[in-house]
Parts: sequence; C-alpha cells; structure tokens
Amino acid sequence: MNDLSPDRAERSAKLKGLGHSRKRVEDQRFTQGRGNYVDDIKMPDMLFGDFVRSPYAHARVKSINIDKAMALPGVIAVLTAKDLEPLSLHWMPTLAGDKQMVLADGKVLFQGQEVAFVIAEDRYINADAIELVEVEYEELPVITDPFKALEPDAVVLREDLAGQTSGAHGERKHHNHIFLWEAGDKEATEQVVETADVVAEEMVYYHRTHPCPLETCGCVASMDKVTGKLTLWGTFQAPHVVRTVASLLSGIEEHNIRVVSPDIGGGFGNKVGVYPGYVCSIVASIVTGKPVKWIEDRMDNLMATAFARDYWMKGKIAATKDGKITGLHCEVTADHGAFDACADPTKFPAGFMNICTGSYDIPVAYLGVDGVYTNKAPGGVAYRCSFRVTEAAYFIERMIEVLAIELNMDAAELRAKNFIRKDQFPYTSAMGWEYDSGDYHTAWDKALTAVGYDVLRAEQAERVEAFKRGETRKLIGIGLSHFTEIVGAGPVKNCDILGMGMFDSCEIRIHPTGSAIARLGTISQGQGHATTFAQILASEIGLPADSITVEEGDTDTAPYGLGTYGSRSTPVAGAAAAMAGRKIRAKAQMIAAYLLEVHDGDLEWDIDRFVVKGAPEQFKTMAEIAYASYNQAIPGVEPGLEAVSYYDPPNMTYPFGAYICVMEIDVDTGTHEIRQFYALDDCGTRINPMIIEGQVHGGLTEALAIAMGQEIAYDEIGNVKTGTLMDFFIPTAWETPTYTTDFTETPSPHHPIGAKGVGESPNVGGVPAFSNAVHDAFRPFGLRQAHMPHDHWRIWKIGNDLGLHDDV
Amino acid sequence: MIPAAFDYHRPQGIEDAIAILQKHGDDARVIAGGHSLIPMMKLRMAEVPNLVDLQDIESLKGITIQNGRVNIGAMVTQHELITNEGLAAAAPIMREAALQIADPQVRYMGTIGGNVANGDPGNDMPGLMQCLDATFTLFGPDGARGVKARDFYEGAYMTERDDEEIMTAIHFDASTAGYAYEKQKRKIGDYATAAAAVMLTKDGQTCSSAAIALTNLSDTPIWSQGAGAALIGTDCGPAAIKAAVAAGLDDIDPSEDNRGPIAFKYHAARMMISRAIASAWARA
Amino acid sequence: MTKMNISLTVNGQVHEVEAEPRQLLIHLLREDLNLTGAHIGCETSHCGACTVEMDGKSVKACTVFAAQAQGADITTIEGLAEPGTLNVLQESFREHHGLQCGYCTPGMITRAHRLLQENPTPTEEDVRFGMAGNLCRCTGYQNIVKSIMAAANELNPAKEAAE
Ligand SMILES: Cc1cc2nc3c(=O)[nH]c(=O)nc-3n(C[C@H](O)[C@H](O)[C@H](O)COP(=O)(O)OP(=O)(O)OC[C@H]3O[C@@H](n4cnc5c(N)ncnc54)[C@H](O)[C@@H]3O)c2cc1C
Ligand code: FES
Ligand code: FES
Repeated sequence: MNDLSPDRAERSAKLKGLGHSRKRVEDQRFTQGRGNYVDDIKMPDMLFGDFVRSPYAHARVKSINIDKAMALPGVIAVLTAKDLEPLSLHWMPTLAGDKQMVLADGKVLFQGQEVAFVIAEDRYINADAIELVEVEYEELPVITDPFKALEPDAVVLREDLAGQTSGAHGERKHHNHIFLWEAGDKEATEQVVETADVVAEEMVYYHRTHPCPLETCGCVASMDKVTGKLTLWGTFQAPHVVRTVASLLSGIEEHNIRVVSPDIGGGFGNKVGVYPGYVCSIVASIVTGKPVKWIEDRMDNLMATAFARDYWMKGKIAATKDGKITGLHCEVTADHGAFDACADPTKFPAGFMNICTGSYDIPVAYLGVDGVYTNKAPGGVAYRCSFRVTEAAYFIERMIEVLAIELNMDAAELRAKNFIRKDQFPYTSAMGWEYDSGDYHTAWDKALTAVGYDVLRAEQAERVEAFKRGETRKLIGIGLSHFTEIVGAGPVKNCDILGMGMFDSCEIRIHPTGSAIARLGTISQGQGHATTFAQILASEIGLPADSITVEEGDTDTAPYGLGTYGSRSTPVAGAAAAMAGRKIRAKAQMIAAYLLEVHDGDLEWDIDRFVVKGAPEQFKTMAEIAYASYNQAIPGVEPGLEAVSYYDPPNMTYPFGAYICVMEIDVDTGTHEIRQFYALDDCGTRINPMIIEGQVHGGLTEALAIAMGQEIAYDEIGNVKTGTLMDFFIPTAWETPTYTTDFTETPSPHHPIGAKGVGESPNVGGVPAFSNAVHDAFRPFGLRQAHMPHDHWRIWKIGNDLGLHDDV
Repeated sequence: MIPAAFDYHRPQGIEDAIAILQKHGDDARVIAGGHSLIPMMKLRMAEVPNLVDLQDIESLKGITIQNGRVNIGAMVTQHELITNEGLAAAAPIMREAALQIADPQVRYMGTIGGNVANGDPGNDMPGLMQCLDATFTLFGPDGARGVKARDFYEGAYMTERDDEEIMTAIHFDASTAGYAYEKQKRKIGDYATAAAAVMLTKDGQTCSSAAIALTNLSDTPIWSQGAGAALIGTDCGPAAIKAAVAAGLDDIDPSEDNRGPIAFKYHAARMMISRAIASAWARA
Repeated sequence: MTKMNISLTVNGQVHEVEAEPRQLLIHLLREDLNLTGAHIGCETSHCGACTVEMDGKSVKACTVFAAQAQGADITTIEGLAEPGTLNVLQESFREHHGLQCGYCTPGMITRAHRLLQENPTPTEEDVRFGMAGNLCRCTGYQNIVKSIMAAANELNPAKEAAE
C-alpha cells in the first residue's frame, strides 16, 4: 500500500506547471553576465568582416578600387559582387519571392547598401580598411515616396526586372510596382459604400520604423575544410530556415551545415530575415578557411536591416445612421524599399493585413495592397507582431474613431455595438478568417469599469471647457483600443516560408531517474521558453518543471521548426510540446498498467501519476514509470520513454484585448504625460502569469515608442535621418509609465492546452491606444486624423492647424 | 564605429600639456571627459592624431567659493556640479541645469570645461554661462587670460580659444537671484529642442535685474540683452513676459532638425522663455 | 600602430594589457580580458548596455579609450558577486522578472549597484531618473524598477525595521 501524502495540491504545486509564476531558469546566467551571445563567441584565428556601405540612396557604381585597402597590413581580402558572381551569390532570394543584391551589382538602391565586404584580422584594422576602399559613384534621381514611384515617368529603380510584367505575386502594373494583393469582395463592398447612410473616409499612415533589439544582428561562420562541415552561429529567429537557405544557396548538403542560435538579445522580427552579412561571412570563411565574424553596428542596423510598417492605408467605413457597420474598404500603398524582402508566409505578400476587420462583425469588406519599390532599405518585417497585423489593427481602430466622429457618437459605444458577439464564435470574417474564440463584450465592459470611463469622460469635458476659458493649456485624451490578433502561423495548408510548412516540433526524452530533456524548433529571444515550455510539459507529463531541460536553437540536435516570431511559439511549438507530452503519457499508461497488473482502461491520470480507478492508494508515479521503462522488459512495449511531435495547427489563434490610455497633453509644448494605462489581455490559457505580464509591459513600451516618436525617416535624397539612438526614439525608464495589467481567459478551442500567445498583443493593441489618446484629446476641436509618430513638434502642429495657438 | 589611430599623451601639469599642443599644432587636441569628442572620433568626424588627456592635471579640478566668487576647475564633472552642496547654495541654477544634461553615466564623465569649450550649440552650459556672466580662464604659451563667456562664442564649434590654449577654470559671482533653467527635450539623453536660462532679482514687486540666455536656438548660445531689459522695472506679469519673449525671439536663428521645423523652434523658445521667467520670478 | 602597455585593476585583479590607445574599454574588457558580461548596444553612448564601474563612477565603456583607463579601478558585472552566486540585486532581478533577453541586464545591474551606493533609499522616481542612461527593449522597465526598489529594501534593514 502506498502513502497518499503529499496531497494533490502539494503535488501540483511541486510541478510548477501551467498557471504558475515560475521564476525563470535563464536568469541565473544572465544576471551574472554569463550569457552567451553571438559577439561573445571567440575562436582561434577568427577573422572579422564588415561592409563598405553606400552613402547614396540611388547611384551607379562606376568602379571599386581595393588596392589601398589590400595594402594595409592585417587585411585578408575585400569581396565585391564580381567575386561572388562566379558562385552565383552576388544576389540572393528573399523570403518574399524577390531577389536582393548581396553586394552592389552595378548600382546601389538605398543608403547603407552593402557594396564590398572587407575581411581583416580584427575590427580595428577592418574599420581602417573600409576607409581605404575607393568607390566611384554616379548619382541617380532618388525616390522615397511610394506614390511618386508609381508616376508614369518615375525613374526605373529595379533595372534587373526590366520587361518583367509579373512577379512572384502576379501582375506588375508599373516598373516600380511589385504586386497587387487582394482579399474580400471588392464589388459588394463598393456597392455597400456607395449606398450607405454614413461613410467615413480617411488616409491612415503607419510610418516606417524598426524593431531595433538591443543586440544588433551578427554571425560567426566557420567552414571546417577537413570535415567539410559549415557551422554558423548567429542571431537567427529561425535557425532551421537559415540552414535550408544556406544549403540551397551554397550547394553544401544540408547535413553538413549546422546552424546555432546562441542567446539572442531581443529579436522583435529583426532577426528573421537572411542578410548579406550572413552570406558574405560564409563565403569569407570558405575562401579563407578561417572562422569569420560579422557584427552590425547600430547605424548599420537601423539603416540596412529590417524596417517595419510604412503602409499608407486609405479607408472607407460604411455604417447605418445608428452606428451599425455595414462595410469596410481599404486600399494600401505599401512602401517595400529597394527589394521585396518582407518576411511573410509565401501566400501572404501583405501578411495578415486582411485581418483589418478587427474585432467587429462587418458583413462585407475589401482589401487591396499595392507593393511598391522605393530607394529605401528592404525589410517589412513583423516588428513584434504577426505579419502586418499591427498595421491592420491600427487601421481599423483609427477608422472606428473616425466613424465615431462622423456619427457624433461615443467611440466606446460604437465599438460595443459592432463587436462580434460571444455566441458568434467560431466566426468567419468577411475576409475569410475563422476566429476561434472570443468574448469581447465582457473584456470591454471590464476595461471601461476598471478605468471609470464615464467619470473620465466627464473630467475630459470639463477640461475642454476650462481650456476654452483660457484656464489651462492641457487637454486630456482617452485612447481606446480593442484589438484582435491573429497569431500562431500557421496551418501548413496555407502557411509556408520558402516552401517550408509552418508547423513546429518538440522532441522529449525522459531519463531513467525521472528528469527530462525537451528540444524544440523555436528559439527564445527573451520570451523565457526554457521556463514556459517546461511548465507545459510538467503539466502534461507530471514531472517537475525544474527537472526538465529545454533546448532550442541548434539544428544538429533540435527537430526541424520554423522558429520564433509572429507569436507562434506558444500556439505552435507549445502545442507540439503538449502533444509530445501526451504521447509520453500514453506509453506511460501502458507501462503503469503492466506494473500495477490492471488493464490500461482501469487507470486514470492524476497530476503526476497513474492511479487505479476507485483505488487511489494503488498508483505509479511518472518517475517510477520512467525508471521501469528502462529497466524492465515489458511485453509488447519498446524500452525507453521518448516522443516527438510535429504539430500542424488546424487554425490560427486569435488573442484579443482591451486597452485604455489616459493621456495629458500640454498643447503649448506638444509634450505628453501618461496618467494611466490599463491593459486587459485575453491570451487564452495562461501558462506563466509573471512572464505574460512582463511581455505586456515590454510590448506596451515598444508601442509607446512607435506611437510617440520612433521612426525611420529619410530626407528627400534618401539619407536616413534617424540613424542613431539619439534620434531613433527609445524611451528610458523616465519616459515610460507604470502599466496596470488585467486579463480574461477565453481558451482556444483547437489548441491542446487552449493557449493563444501574448508576446505581440501589447504592441498591436498599444499603438492605437496611444495614438487614439492623442487624437481624442483634440477631437473636441475638430481633429480627425494626424499621422504618427506623435512627437512634440507634430503635436504642436495639430494644435497649430486647429488654431489653438496665438503666436502665429 | 571605430576611431582612427592616435598617439596618446597624459601630461601631469598644465605647462606640459601646452607644450604638447604647441609641438603638434593642429594635429593635437585635448580630451576631458570625452563624451563629446569620442563619439565624433568614432564616427570619424573628428580626426585627432595626438590626444592630450587632461585627467591627471590636479590644478584643473575642484570647486571653490571665496568672497562671493565661484571658481570651478575645467575638469569638474557634471556629476560633481550636482552633488556639490556649496555650489548648490551659491548658484542653484547650476544643479538645476546639470540635472537636465544627458544621463547619469554621461554626467559622471562630462566636464564643465569640455561642455563650455566644445562650442556645440547643443550644449547647455554655454547658455548658462551667458546668463551667469561667467569668465573663462584660458591658459596658453603666454600664460593665462580671462575671457567673458559673453564674448567667447563665435560660431558652431568656433570660439575665442586659440588652438594652443587650454581652459583651466570658470568663474562667476555667487547669486541669490531667482533662477530657472527650462529645457524642452525629446527624452533623457537628448539635447535641447529649446532651453532658456533666466536669473532675476526683485525689489519689492519690481524686477531690478534680469539675465536671459538661450540654448540650441542659434549656432551659438544667445544672451538676449533685449529680453532681460524688457523685464527690468516691470512686475514680470504677462505683458512684461510677452515683451521679453518677443525680444528673445528677435535674437535667435534656429534651424530645422529632427526635433522640428523652424516655426516650432520659435514656439518652443517662446514657451521656455516664458516658463523660465515665471519660475525664476516665483523664486526671486 | 603603436601599442602601449596599460595596467588596470578589474574586479580586484591587476591586469597588464598591450593595446592601441584608441582601443575602446569595452573591447579591452570583452576581448582581451574575456569579460563578456558588458555588452555593446549602440556604440554612441546612448544605451548603457556597456556600463561598468570605473573609479566609483558608472561609465559607458564604449565611450572610454583603453588609454584613459590606465591606472583605473574597474568593476564589471562579473565582479559583483563570487562566480556562481548572486548578490542581492542580481537575485532581486531574478525574483521580480527584471529581465527578458538579458542583453541590457549586466549594464542595468552594474548601474543599479552604483545608484544604491549613492542613494540607499531611493524613491521610484529616483530609480527611474537614476537608471535613465540604460535602455531596455524588452521589459518596459516596470519590473526593473521593482527589482531595484526591492533590492534597496533588502539591503536596508534600517528602513525595513522602521516600517
Ligand atoms: C548621450 C549624450 C547626451 C548628451 N546630452 C547632453 C545635453 O543634454 N546637454 C549637454 O550640454 N551636453 C550633453 N552631452 C555632452 C556631454 O555633456 C559632454 O560630456 C560635454 O559636452 C563635453 O564634456 P567632456 O568633458 O566630455 O568633453 P570632451 O568630449 O572631452 O571634449 C569636448 C571638446 O572640448 C575640448 N575641451 C575639453 N576640455 C577642454 C579644456 N579644458 N580646454 C580646452 N578645450 C577643451 C575638447 O578638445 C573637445 O574638442 C551629451 C553627451 C552624450 C554622450
Ligand atoms: S554601447 Fe555603450 S552606451 Fe550603448
Ligand atoms: S531584457 Fe532585453 S533589452 Fe532589457
């Protein structure tokens, strides 16, 4: 007979499974400064590579003279397009079906473009050598405005595409046009818009910005000529994809390439793409036979790798007189820069922009996106979001506000009137997405109550009166946002990257003494996977999370997966972990039945053990079963306890949330103060509340930055004006408010544990909340739309344009 | 971001330092805290074949207050300006302004000498020195000379200082005047969009003296005599402030940058001047 | 290029390094002394990832030349506690989830260490102002502030007793 203590609650607590605010296992190393990031890697004879970059946004490269650089002691080689051409590596394919120059081939198309790759013994010599490479340019006319790019007589940017009237995503209607991507029902929508009671029309611009993780991109490539094996360490959010691409590009067989993502200092989408630095480092290592390190500096990073957004979204929203939305029409002009290097699933060149009906039950909708080339850096990455969902959420949350103005209605009420109701889920949107679950009204009411919405509105109205009487120069803005995310890409039937289905994977090995190792196809960049995936498994397999090691990022050991971005890790790899755990449990049940001499069906799972039904004192713990699986011959059962699962999600997940920002705006200086920020998130089942809360704080702060000042700005000749952290706005602790977080919990019906993912929600929902607060403050004075970022001078300009200043 | 190579000198006394400057002429430059110079060198916007580090020269350090006169060694850091209680009593505007410069790490390194000698219109101390009517001591091959802060600045990065001179100290009168340093910036660590330093004294309800200076609104710091004059003899009420603002705006010539267009700079200047006057008046 | 001998004390140990004067302190620490805790995030003295303590000051090691550090006494994140152990601040960051990707963390903790030396009983406002030279892209600072406040409390039994 077995002892029944400890009791169930104690056993459950010991596992630190789902719902437990487990402390992170990563932090022991990180707090001691013992992380292992790519620039920490040091190898004997390692060389250092770096780029000569173009100072011009559009120019012909007449000549490149490397003689002086080569004469500098310590310089090993200088690669140009000519050197890469025989290997067919002077251009590379992009994730979006376009191609991109690795090194300038005849011309440059954006400032900061890679022109030559210098390889030297250390970074100091390298920096000196870069100064000595002589490049002769002939300047060409520059286009930084996508609308000008489409004018008939606009200069041809991509001469390599001359005569090609179609591209990877269909017809090109102009020499600087990339694609037109459409969703929804154009005709029906136009008809609704034409005949509606009320139509609000607005151009909403979501400006160009950049993920700017604190660690820039970089890699170390090491070609071992003896074994023929290439090892590549780097800042990769998708290491397996990098391995496949490296194999396809280099011709090295995939089993001879090992890609390792060490610790990553934040990604936010910046580290999904494949950059010329990776290609050049690999070539340099092959050529020199030595390891080659390439690390971007911050200016390179902001100028050349992975911008985000830059969408001009022209909207029309139709409604009845009493505020029921009847249709949504959206035409986007998307500035993709010089090469289409967007990191979207293949069939979605505008990402999931067609989630732009948001949280609302809109009967008909149409979206058309024109991708356009300009003389700006390539990228278009999902900056802490799932493939353009931030643009979509910003668009619809602005259009709702504009419609509220048109209807002279309260914007909170207008939202509530149009939310998809709880009983409508699963809900198919006019654009064809199947929303899995939601309860928007409950979340919304909770949020409005929490902030005391009606009292706030009354205070705001009083303030407006005081302002008009000249008693104050400060206004209050109440920024509302109710967003619906679409994450967890995605079902293999319609989501792939370079042909690779967007499943993910988990492999688990249980050790004889009841501990385990799990390996996944994803890679943490601060999300705490080593902590949370162990929690999912702890709940599934009944071993303490503290006894489960989680490993990611080494393609030699981890099962194939598509990586971490688009909030896909929990929905996809988390599901794979749960499913692999269930396979383990199924086998464990057979072993337990044998050990307890009962039939499988007579057992039930109880936290960390199988128990004979009706006889709780008869049980086998998972640890006992693990031991038995290795030391007993069990008829009909293979020894060992291992499982692997490749999870192809049946659908995306749809987290949502209600955010409210209360902002004080000093009309005189254009400065603002955030008085209160309330964030309610519903990400389905909550795995680790502490980590969720941390993700929300971080995402909101990125949203704050984007809405209030952060941008990649160009002057008219294509110079980047925001190339350092002096001008590229990242708030400090001083400018960042304290947030209040809250939640509701509506599990995803199709996910094994009901989890939806949260890492990106606060950025998606936060930007409209901050921006709407600015707009809302000036609504009583007639403001409809003012483009972000809302930095001081732009807020001043709003006031100025509305005649609120007396000095002009 | 790696600077070009240079030879490094660390003289122990001021004469040695001057000798090195004389020897290398244009090819030598002094470094104090380095937090203006090193970023420029890393961007290869400043080339300095011979770098002369002043950190060991004891005579450039320390703050003394004697007979109502404040003397600050050129190598005194902004952090020291903030933490020195004597200075806070003798010239509280120094602490108020220094706290608005850069961030803690930069303030530990950045010196007052570097800040005023640099000649960058974005630096805050030069405007403040106009307001305080400070005198700078410059030491060169021919010994020391004093130059008024109000005569020192000629253009962006161009000052009265000869290449072979080193600034050794800064002097101004201790003051009980009402004071304020109002600075608009985008975030901590940013230079001013516009900033105003104001010191004024009160005789009953009448302003008896006023000094007003402005930062980052022209290619040099601006001491606006007109703005100060507009306050004297008034009650610093709305009409007087308006007149002072108008005079101040007449003296500036801001340029457009990422902080905003010229019209906004004028507007921000207007706000900073009026707020600084109001706050200084309240403290007078 | 002429190199010079630089001697400096790092984490209590005297080192003699041959380096070009222009070498940046951050590279000297990371590459010559293998102290890779302090990181490089911006190179223009805006992010604080490279923060170390030099002669009792928090400094951005990307904006100090090795030559300037001749004779200096430097403490890095690796020197705050015995290897393998956490000091109160480090433990507090772990406890209160004051880090995510960990890239800013060594600079944050090293800076917070000095802040608490100078102001053992900071208000939240003091912490936010005193930490404004360090950027974090992941945490939104809320839990960093919480970690530092909690560490101050822990380090300050007098204050605790008074409560
Ligand atoms: C992120 C950041 C933000 C900043 N924000 C601000 C701000 O808001 N406001 C502000 O005012 N400053 C700001 N600064 C500049 C900072 O205050 C500088 O440290 C200061 O301006 C220069 O002082 P320094 O001792 O570092 O000078 P250095 O950088 O050492 O020298 C600057 C120049 O002055 C010369 N020089 C230095 N000392 C002397 C001397 N004694 N005699 C003659 N010439 C000398 C040098 O040759 C050099 O040309 C910022 C700096 C950074 C990195
Ligand atoms: S790397 Fe030194 S401050 Fe950013
Ligand atoms: S934890 Fe990632 S930058 Fe701070």
